[in-house]
Formats: sequence, C-alpha cells, structure tokens
Amino acid sequence: MSAETQRPETKPRMQEPRKQSLLARLPVVHQLRQSVGLQRGMLIAGLIITAVYVISAVFAQWIAPYGFAQLRNASGPFGSQQPPSPSHIWGTTVGGYDVFSRVIWGAQTALEVMVVAIILSIFIGVFLGLMSGYLGGWLDRILVVIADAIYAFPSLLLAIVMSIVISGGQSSLWGGIFAAAISITVVYIPQYFRVIRSEAVRIKNEAFVESAMVIGASTPRIMFRHVLRNSTRTLPLIFTLNASEAVLTLAGLGFLGFGIEPTAAAEWGYDLNKSLSDVTSGIWWTAIFPGLAIVLSVLGVTLVGESLNDLADPRLRGRRAVAAAPVAAASDSEPVDVAPVAAKSGDSQ
Amino acid sequence: MSSLTAQAAPETAAESTTSFKKQRTGGGLGRYIVVRFLLIIPTIFILVTLVFFLMRLTGDPITAALGGRLSGSQLHERIHAAGYDRPILVQYFEYLGQIATGNFGTSISDNRPITTILVTYGAATLELAFYALIVAFIVGIPLGMLAAYFRDKGQDAALRVFAILCYATPVFFAGILLKLIFSVWLNVLPVAGRASTGSEFEMQDLPNKTGFYLIDAFQTGDPAVISDVLLHAVLPALTLGLLTAGIFLRLVRTNVIGTLNTDYVDAARSRGVSEYRLVRKHAYKPALIPIITVIGLQIALLLSGAVLTESTFEWKGLGFQLAQYLGARDFVAVQGIVALLAVIVALTNFVVDVAAAIIDPRVRY
Repeated sequence: MSAETQRPETKPRMQEPRKQSLLARLPVVHQLRQSVGLQRGMLIAGLIITAVYVISAVFAQWIAPYGFAQLRNASGPFGSQQPPSPSHIWGTTVGGYDVFSRVIWGAQTALEVMVVAIILSIFIGVFLGLMSGYLGGWLDRILVVIADAIYAFPSLLLAIVMSIVISGGQSSLWGGIFAAAISITVVYIPQYFRVIRSEAVRIKNEAFVESAMVIGASTPRIMFRHVLRNSTRTLPLIFTLNASEAVLTLAGLGFLGFGIEPTAAAEWGYDLNKSLSDVTSGIWWTAIFPGLAIVLSVLGVTLVGESLNDLADPRLRGRRAVAAAPVAAASDSEPVDVAPVAAKSGDSQ
Repeated sequence: MSSLTAQAAPETAAESTTSFKKQRTGGGLGRYIVVRFLLIIPTIFILVTLVFFLMRLTGDPITAALGGRLSGSQLHERIHAAGYDRPILVQYFEYLGQIATGNFGTSISDNRPITTILVTYGAATLELAFYALIVAFIVGIPLGMLAAYFRDKGQDAALRVFAILCYATPVFFAGILLKLIFSVWLNVLPVAGRASTGSEFEMQDLPNKTGFYLIDAFQTGDPAVISDVLLHAVLPALTLGLLTAGIFLRLVRTNVIGTLNTDYVDAARSRGVSEYRLVRKHAYKPALIPIITVIGLQIALLLSGAVLTESTFEWKGLGFQLAQYLGARDFVAVQGIVALLAVIVALTNFVVDVAAAIIDPRVRY
C-alpha cells in the first residue's frame, strides 16, 4: 500500500543521479537496505524465522511425514507418549499423534487464523476509523467510547466470550478457524480503529482535502481516495504486532479448550494443554516442540515488526559510520519525507 | 516547638487552599478525579451490555450447561423458573438492576453467587498479581535502564531479544518449561498449587483468615509453613512476572532513551555529569511517568495472563475458577466473572490515571 502511494512521487525524484529499482522501494526491502549493524541483524533474523514459519505452514502437506489426526500407519499404531525415535523424530503425544507432524500442521492453522483475523480487522477497523475520524459527530464519540472500553478489557476474556458466541466452544476446521479469527478480530479492531481515526482527524484538516472539497468531490471519494490513502502509513507496523498477538491468542484459546477440535486441525495451544500432565512425569517432547513453535513464530514476526518500527522513527534508527555519512544522510532522509510525499501524491490524484 | 508548628499549620493550610483555587480555574485535580470517575460508568455499562447480549445470542445458559443431561420438559421447567423465556430486553434491564446493586448472578453448576466466588478466590489472584508485579519491577526496570545505557550495543540487542522472548513465550509454555526444569529435573520447587496439604491444614483454623496465603502463613508463625507458601509462589510469580517484565523493559528503554535526548540532559552532560548518573538520576524519573500510565493497561494483560498461569499451576484463583466454569459450560458463571473483571479493570484504570495525574500535572484536563 505504502509502496503504491509513493510511486507517483518518486518518479520525478528518479532523475536525480540515484538508482533505485522498484524492488528497492518495496516496503521491507527498502527498510532492509536502509538498516545498519544490529538493527539489520535483527531484521534479517526476523525475516528468516518468519520465512521458515510461512514455508512450513504453506507446504505442511509435503513436510509433515504423517497427517495431523493420523494414529497409525502400515506398521501399526504409533503408540502413546513414545520418546523421539527415527520413525517419530519428536516422539508421539499422549493421544498417540506424531508430535513433529502436528507442529508442522499447527503452523498452517496458525497462519490461516492469522491471515483471516488480520484481513477482517484491517477492513472493519480501517472502515470504522475512517468514518469516525472523517465524519466526526455523535458517531465518532460513541465509537471512541466503545473502542476504549474494549481496548481496556483483557483480550483473552473477550476472545473466549466471542468463541462461545460463534461456535459454542468447539467446531470443525474452517468453522474453528473463523471462530478463532473473528474472536481475535474483535479484540484488535479497536487498535486499527484508533490509529486510522487519529490519522484521519489529522489529515482531514490538510489543505489538499479542503481543495478536494472546493472542487466538489463527494464525501466517499475524499474519504477513500484522499484520506484513506494517506493514513495507511503506520498499518504495516500494527499489522506485524497484531499478527504475533493473533498467534498467542489462538494458542491461549486452544490451551483453555476453546480452539479447534484436534481431529479438525492441529493446534499448538491444544497440544500444550494435553502435555500439561506429561510434564510432571518427565515427558518433555510433547510440550517443548509445540511451545517452541509458538515462541519462534511470534519472535520472528515481532522482530520484523520491531525493526520496521525503529527504522520508521528517525530518533531510533541506527546511523552508518561517519565515513559513509553523505550516502547515509541521503538515504536516511527519505523515510522522513514519506508523510509529505504521500500527502502530495494524494493531492495530485 | 509546639507553638511553632501551631503557627505554621494555618499558614500552610491557607497556602494549600489558595493554590487549590488557582488550580481549579485551570482544571484542578479534584475536577479531574470527578470527571475521570464519571467516565468509569459508560465503560462498565458498555462492557456489561456487550457481554450480556453476546452470551445470550447463543441461547439460554441452562440448555448450554445441562442440555444433554435433562429431558425436554425438565429443561423447560428450569428455564421458566430462572426466567430465561421472557423477552430479552426485560431480562437485560433486570440484569442491569442486579449489577447496580452488586449482584452478579449465581452459577448454575455449583449454585454459588458470583460475588462469593470473588471473595473466596479473588485473594489468590491478587496475591499472584502482586508477586508478578514485584518480579516485573525488579527485572524490567533495571534491565530497561541498562539497555538504554548500552543503547545500540551488543548488550542492548541481547536485552531487547530477551524482552521480545518474554513477550513471545505464551505464559502457559513458560510455566511448563519452568515446571519441567525446577520441579521435575532439578526437583527443588513444588509442581503446582498454592501450598502443600499440611500447610493448608495448619492455616485453615486461623481466627481471622485473609485468603492471602503469605499473610496467613505469617499468622501461624510456623517457619515451615512460610517457606512452603513462598516456595509454591516462586514459579507462578516468575511465569506471570516475566511476561510483564518484558513489556516494562521495553518501555523503560524507549522512555529513558527519549529523555536522554532532551535539552536538560544535554545541559547536564555539558556540565560534566557522568553518563551513569545521567541515566540513573536525570533520565530515569521523567521516564517513569509514562510507565505508570501504561501499568493501567497492563492490568488487562495481567488478568489474561493470570487466567492461563493459574490453569497451568492449579493456582486456585479467579482465573482457575473461570477455566473450570468454561469447561463445565456454565455460562452464567462465566458472564458473572467477566462482568466483575470489567468492573475491576475499570476501577484499576481509574486509580492508575488519578495516580498519574497526581504525579504529572500535565495529564489533568
């Protein structure tokens, strides 16, 4: 989104003797080039972990040796609580499932829930925030009070209430994924709402919005063309932070028994709940692997989000050494410009 | 001496009243507290309304709890007796009236008033939250200052990764890991519960039991009981405390770095104040103000975390009880506890905001 809004403006800038391909201006690639030292290390580490997570989620079918609900193969049942061995590299659970397969399939479930939850909360949160911020009035006041009330409330409890409403507490694969995703969505709408609303309030007083009004552009056109396009600057940040929280909320729901049925999909939180009693008898493999999977996936996404956050803020961004100062200054100055650049591009359209 | 204080007293009193009047014209603390207190009411009202209608969308709670176990006519009788067949708006206004008088309903599965559940189990949750906050302060604040001091160096990166790890680890997994290491492999700490049966028995007959096991343990005066209670608290406190510590660390780091960039710190630096003293004395205190405000928001996180921590360690508090009722599909109890927690969250946020306003006058309206 942000790449799109930058494109019309950066073209004239291309006449300067600085070569930047389209690739270099894509959101993450741009930040990667901009980063130095430790920040770059953190960003790269985050990107690698996230990539591993996404790959195992997408290709779960080919990576996992067994199905997530498979209890036996040609040579008989897997057996319950078997320690790691060549045929089951991470052992089997108390229910007789293969731990490695369930961890890989669990990545797929988590990714599906994450994507659905984020798409839903972006659409609803952005729409409500835009309406509230641009139109104002009593609608704005009511929505702000409601959003604040929800925001202050423990998110897990709200997600529990939502999952009771949607599925009565248990469900099939897609039913469960949607139930979990909608539960998570309701929790995160206030965050998108707040950010977009405050941006919309700021932007609606800009000169280009006024001139659009003078020309006679309709309210929806101003809202979606001029205001929305310029208020999406911070979205990638909230997006990454919420993606990680979605994984945690899903696992929390699963741990309390409000996630997806074990036969419908693999879910890390559910597996951890079942492993709770194993731990006291010294069986570590049923708990460690799904737990580490959660930690790593959240860690990866959070590292990316944190790095993007730091790189977007000139006060927190690391600088290159003094020797490379002119180059660094040139490339550093760009993201600071993003706001006016985006505003101008919205104006010109 | 006494005449001196007697003379001084009216003077200070007069001074404080004049300053109070001055403040009043610009929006004083008193006005802020009143406005902020009135804002609690819509918050509680919205949350209670939301939870009520959401829970009723699924149907009546009696069918949910006892659906499979009673015949159709018996179910209908129970539903009628409880009044769940009346129009939803009538039930809603009755519910609002009940909440206004402090009645949060009665659980279906074990027929106990929700307020009794709060009194019985609230102390355990409060005790856990208290321990967790201590851990969070002890770990989070010094490490955050350290990270700001070593900004952008290796130590800083390590501390930040530690903070992200604290946040990225689900509390129940952290609990399981700590259990595995300290209770099973090293066998130095108890696996679960708030105290061993022996200690609980000893604390049972106390004349004025508080429900706070640490206070009760001190009342028995038995060192074995005290150490038993403390040993049981270590792992749950670490589990919940580290989650919050990660957030405190990040907050302190960002805020101290922010204040280190201000003019007055530059001025102090130019006077030759040491870098250590800058962080410790000059940047630290102003950085604490936003942290106090954020603690208010952490209460919600702490409660979410407490539900999961208590389930992991069989710590018999409100969260553990909530998980039990969820398992039993007792949605009246769930609704009651959730509504009660909404009130608690709203009240805590009020107290925190007022505290922030007392410390930092700029916060006031």
